[in-house]
Amino acid sequence: MRPKTDGWLSRVGPVVSVLLALLLFWYVAAMLLNSPFERDQNARNDVENPSGMVWLGAVLNQKRPVLPAPHQVMQELYKTTVQKKITSKRSLIHHSIITLKTTLLGFALGTGLGILLAVAILHNRALERALMPWIIASQTVPILAIAPMIIVVLNAIGVQGLLPKAFISTYLAFFPIVVGMVKGLRAADPLLFDLMRTYNASDWQLFWKLRLPASIPYLTTSMKIAVAIALVGAIVAELPTGAVAGLGARLLAGSYYGQTVQIWSALVMASVLAACLVALLGLIDSWVRKRMGLVT
Amino acid sequence: MSRLQQILLAAIATSSLFAFVFPYAISADGTESTRLFSSVKMLLLVSGFLLVAGGVWRLPSLSTAQRCLLTTVASFVGAIVLLGELGGDSTWLFGGGFFAVMVAAWLLGWLAVEFLTECEPKAGYVQLLWSLAIPLFFGVWLLLLWEISVRALQVPAVLLPAPSDIGARIASSLDVLWVDFNQTFIKSVLSGYVMGCGSGFIVAVLIDRSPFLQRGLLPLANLASALPIVGVAPIMVMWFGFDWQSKAAVVVIMTFFPMLVNTVEGLSASSSMQRDLMHSYGASYWQSLFKLRLPAAMPLMFNALKINSTLALIGAIVAEFFGTPIVGMGFRISTEVGRMNLDMVWAEIAVAAIAGSLFYWAVSLVERWVAHWHPSIRRS
Repeated sequence: MRPKTDGWLSRVGPVVSVLLALLLFWYVAAMLLNSPFERDQNARNDVENPSGMVWLGAVLNQKRPVLPAPHQVMQELYKTTVQKKITSKRSLIHHSIITLKTTLLGFALGTGLGILLAVAILHNRALERALMPWIIASQTVPILAIAPMIIVVLNAIGVQGLLPKAFISTYLAFFPIVVGMVKGLRAADPLLFDLMRTYNASDWQLFWKLRLPASIPYLTTSMKIAVAIALVGAIVAELPTGAVAGLGARLLAGSYYGQTVQIWSALVMASVLAACLVALLGLIDSWVRKRMGLVT
Repeated sequence: MSRLQQILLAAIATSSLFAFVFPYAISADGTESTRLFSSVKMLLLVSGFLLVAGGVWRLPSLSTAQRCLLTTVASFVGAIVLLGELGGDSTWLFGGGFFAVMVAAWLLGWLAVEFLTECEPKAGYVQLLWSLAIPLFFGVWLLLLWEISVRALQVPAVLLPAPSDIGARIASSLDVLWVDFNQTFIKSVLSGYVMGCGSGFIVAVLIDRSPFLQRGLLPLANLASALPIVGVAPIMVMWFGFDWQSKAAVVVIMTFFPMLVNTVEGLSASSSMQRDLMHSYGASYWQSLFKLRLPAAMPLMFNALKINSTLALIGAIVAEFFGTPIVGMGFRISTEVGRMNLDMVWAEIAVAAIAGSLFYWAVSLVERWVAHWHPSIRRS
C-alpha cells in the first residue's frame, strides 16, 4: 500500500506527527495526573490555587510527580549523563555501560549456543524430535522470575560478576537464534542441494558451502530479535542483585524511593540502548542481505 | 545403523568398562574405597548393559523395535537400580564407578530415543503418540539425571533441590500454590492478556482505514516491541497500587504492541485478487473485513497471541517484584529465595512452566480450529 513516490517526507512525516501527538498527550496526561497532589498540597497549606501559567508551571515541575513531564525527564537525563563524570555512581552512562556489557556477553553466549543447538538438531532427527518441544517449553518458564535464584545460586558456587546476569540474557536470547537457524540451515534451494550432490559433495562440504551461507540472513534477522530480549534479560537480572549497578538497579532504586523522574530517565535510557542495538543489527542485516543479493 | 548410533554403542561399552576401573564408593575420610565387584546387583547390571550393547551391535536379526525395547528396558532398569543405591550411609561418597554406570544408563536411554525415532510410524494417531513419547522420554531422563546426580553428590538443598523433593513440596503445599496461581495467573495474567490483545486488535482495525496513521504508528509500534517494556512495572505499581490491577496493566502494555503490529500486517495479508473479487461482489467495507480480511489475518494474529501468552506470565511475575500483597507467584519466589526454601521456589517455577505451556497449547489448539486452512497447519 506504499505510494510509488516514497520520498523521505512521506515516511518521516507521519512518524513525526504521531510522535508530536504522543508528546502532547504526555503533557496533558502529566497535567491531569499531577494536579490532585498539587491541589491537596495547597489545601493543606491554606494557599489559594494559583491560576494559569503559574499553576501549570507548578504542576509540571513537581519533585516527585505521578507522571513526570517530558522536559523533566530530559533534564534528569542531561544532568545524569553530560554533567556527571562517567566514573560517578550517579552517572547514567556508567550504569548503561554495565547493562550493555551484560547484554552483549549474554547475547554472544546465546548466539553461540543457539547456533550449536541448531546444527545438532539439523544433523540428528532424534535430537530434533526430542529436543525441540523442550526448547519451546523452556521459554514458557518465566526465567525472569527465577533470575534472583539463579544469581544467588551461581554466586554461592563462585560464579560472580557479569556471568550470572549474562546467563539470564543467554537463556532468553538463544531461543530465536535456534528457531531462525534451524529454518535457515534448511532454507537453501532444493535445486542447489541436487547440484551439490552431482558434485559428489560430502555432508561437511554441503554444510560449509551451501547450508551455512544460506542461513546467514536468517541468523542476522534472529539476532535482531535476540539482542532486544537479551537487554530485557540483563535489566531484569539486575533487579535481584540488590540494586547495585545497572539500569535495572536504577529502576529498583527509583521505585523504592519514589523517584519517578529517575525511573523514567532509566527507562528512556534503556529504550535508547535497545533502539541503538536493534538499529546496529538492522544495519548488519540489511548489509548482509544486500551482499547476498536478496534485496534488489 | 547410523554412525551416531555406533558411537553411542562404543561410548556405552567404554563407560561400562570404566565402571569396573574406578572406585565405586569412597569413605568420607578418603582412606577406604570399594569396587563394583563388592555388589552383586551392580555387577549384574553392568554386565547386562554390556550384553544389551553387544546384542544391539552384533545381532542383525533384531528389528529396530526390538532394539528400542531392549535399550529402553536396560536404561530404566539401570535408573531404578541406581536410585535404589542412593540414600544409604552418608559417610560413604559415590566415586567415579557409580557415575560411569549412570552415564552408561543415560547413553542407553539416548540410544533408545534414536531407535524410537527410527521406527516412528508415518501417519495416524499412533504418530501423535510417538511425537509425545519422544520428548517425554528425553524429559524423564533429564529428571532422572538431575535426581541421581544431586543425591549422589549430596548437593545441599539450598543450591539445587532434587526433583523428588520438589514434587513432595508441590504435593504438600497445594493450597498455597493454588492461591498464588489464582492471584497471578487468573487475576493478573488472564485479565491483562484479554485487555491487551483486545485493545491491540481494536486499535489495529481502527488505524487500518488510515494509511497516514499506519505509516506513523507502525514504525513506533515496531520499536516499542523491541523496548524493555517490563521496565514500566514500577511505574504501574505506583499508579495502580499493589494488587493485581497493576500487574494486569503491565501485561496490557506488554501484549498490546505485538498484537497491534501483527494484526495490521495480517489485515493486508489477503491478496489483491481476493480483494478485487470482494469489490466486484459489491461487498461493503465491513463485509470484506469480516469475510475476507480478518480470516486472512488469523495466522499472523495467532502468532501474536502465542508470543503474548508467554510474555504475559513473565510480565505479571516480574511486576510482583516491585510490590504486591502477600500472595502471588512472583512474591512467593522472591521471599522464598530470601528464606532459602529453594524447593518452594522450584515448585512455583514448575507451576508457572506448566501453566505457561498449557496456555500456549490452548492458544495453538484454538488456532488449529480457527485457521485450519493455513498451509502451516494443514498436513501435507
